[in-house]
Amino acid sequence: MQYWIIQSLNSLALGGLLFLLAAGFSLIFGLMRIANLTHGSLYMLGAYAGATLLAPRPQSLKVFQYFPQVPSIWIAALLGGAFLAVLGGLLERLILRKLAGNALGQVLVTLGISFIVADFCLIVWGGDPISIPTPEALRQPLQVAGLSFPAYRLVVVAIAVVTAAVLYLMMERTRLGAMIRAGVDDMQMARAVGIPVSKLFTTVFCIGAALAGAGGVIGGPIMSAYPGLDADMLPLALIVVILGGIGSLLGAFVGSFLIGAIYTFGTALVPDLAYVILFLPMIVVIAFRPRGLFGRQTV
Amino acid sequence: MKKGAWILLAVALAGLPWVAGEFYVNLTSQIFIAAIFAASLNLLVGYGGLPSLGHASWLGLAAYISAWMSLKLGLGHWITAPVALLGTTLVACAFGWISLRATGLGFLMITLALSQVLWGTAYRWVSVTDGDNGLRGLTRPMPFGISLDGATSFYYFTLAITVVAIVVMAMFVASPFGAALRGTRDQPRRMGALGHAVWTVRWITFVYSAFWGAVSGLLFVYYNKYIHPASLSITTSAEALLGVIAGGSGTLAGPIVGAAIVMLLKNYVSAYVERWNMLMGFVFVLIVIFMPEGVVPGVKRLARRFGRRKPE
Repeated sequence: MQYWIIQSLNSLALGGLLFLLAAGFSLIFGLMRIANLTHGSLYMLGAYAGATLLAPRPQSLKVFQYFPQVPSIWIAALLGGAFLAVLGGLLERLILRKLAGNALGQVLVTLGISFIVADFCLIVWGGDPISIPTPEALRQPLQVAGLSFPAYRLVVVAIAVVTAAVLYLMMERTRLGAMIRAGVDDMQMARAVGIPVSKLFTTVFCIGAALAGAGGVIGGPIMSAYPGLDADMLPLALIVVILGGIGSLLGAFVGSFLIGAIYTFGTALVPDLAYVILFLPMIVVIAFRPRGLFGRQTV
Repeated sequence: MKKGAWILLAVALAGLPWVAGEFYVNLTSQIFIAAIFAASLNLLVGYGGLPSLGHASWLGLAAYISAWMSLKLGLGHWITAPVALLGTTLVACAFGWISLRATGLGFLMITLALSQVLWGTAYRWVSVTDGDNGLRGLTRPMPFGISLDGATSFYYFTLAITVVAIVVMAMFVASPFGAALRGTRDQPRRMGALGHAVWTVRWITFVYSAFWGAVSGLLFVYYNKYIHPASLSITTSAEALLGVIAGGSGTLAGPIVGAAIVMLLKNYVSAYVERWNMLMGFVFVLIVIFMPEGVVPGVKRLARRFGRRKPE
């Protein structure tokens, strides 16, 4: 029983982290038609930023000398998110903007940048995983009815749900959200009625990058920061988006928890073939509903 | 003049092992393998307009099947090679069916996701793939009793297969089917209206391109006598795509030139700096921004301009 509770919470926590990653990816793809392959790298940069700000000192790596240790993971998550929002904005403005209309070129550039980031992280943070300590207050598992629940994972799930609610309200209730929805549905009409599409692009890209970065920090105590984290997370995010539907927040939400569950339980039950099991939902969805569960556009 | 260039090229390739040292012979063999791989990807990307980021699947899958059969089942090359090609092609039938539900970026994302799934499986299915250790202790085949363990004999073996592969792929492109394929790239709806089965044309191309990818995978595993999950990684797919785009997609010579450039860069630069991935990233960004058409069309255009200016 205890084992299954832990696994369920693990799957929920992974689902929550995936949502932070996939929501941004999905919005960026839906609005700008950019398959942002740096999204895994942004997540990894977030994780390393969190490790740099949170890891207990002294550390042998040089990078730790330049940054002070911050007292709380939430501050680190905010800083990491802000840092990646800036980085994402620069990426969009300085590089992707130059290739507007050239979808393949944009994908290839993001692919190239993801290689650069991966090697950059290897140079700066070395090849060994850096673990991020779980916040002091959340180390004790929660005891309910004689069963213990790891507290930090519960908090991660709560953060994801709150983020989803905030994003939902933003999309449905604010002017910005209405403009994004208009852009996702019909870019040309959106331009024609005077929506500042250019600003919108940068804003959405910044939001997506910030979510990925903050996700990396928050996921740190669970996954730690290691080289290859980007390559582990990106395919999961891709599958989530293919499954949930492009540009759909609800799709990203449902898809994330679905993939989180499949991946976690797959790893627990058939560790060898966990990755093959990821195929199945994708094949089913693509075969019967190519636009994804909640998508409006075909992939 | 054109004939002369071909003869010169043939003589140069045939005579290389007599002039060059073992290092260069091996390097050229590797370029040949990369050239087949890139050329097969070019069928999809260049002629079909279907950007795939999962081509490493075919190289890795064929290599793994062949390696697994000879190591764990103890079978000879005469049976492992055809089974590897057949198995890979069958998987490609299924992958193609899934990925071609979409075109454009969707296609790219699905091929990437599928190949990443294979990559992750190769890492984790330790009982079959030996995980991160890779499968080692493989041998090269001995066609007609000739040992391929020497650099020179393997060079000629690879050269022969490369020539066959490139010629057959060129015939494929020049055939009516190739014309239909280019039609589906440029005007899919018109092609559909004209009665061409657009989806089927694309699917056949997908499978065909995977077959040649598998051929290069066999050569790859023969050359290295070792296979590691890294061969299935996005880096391998990206290297091939970089070769295609750097050389010029949708041209016959482009991917070959591109693959050679990538392979030379990789070998020479890796001797001085460890950061091959970072360098590849920069090359990617620079090529896409400054030379989106690729080297071969770029040089052709320059040559045309140069040729036109001369008589003035």
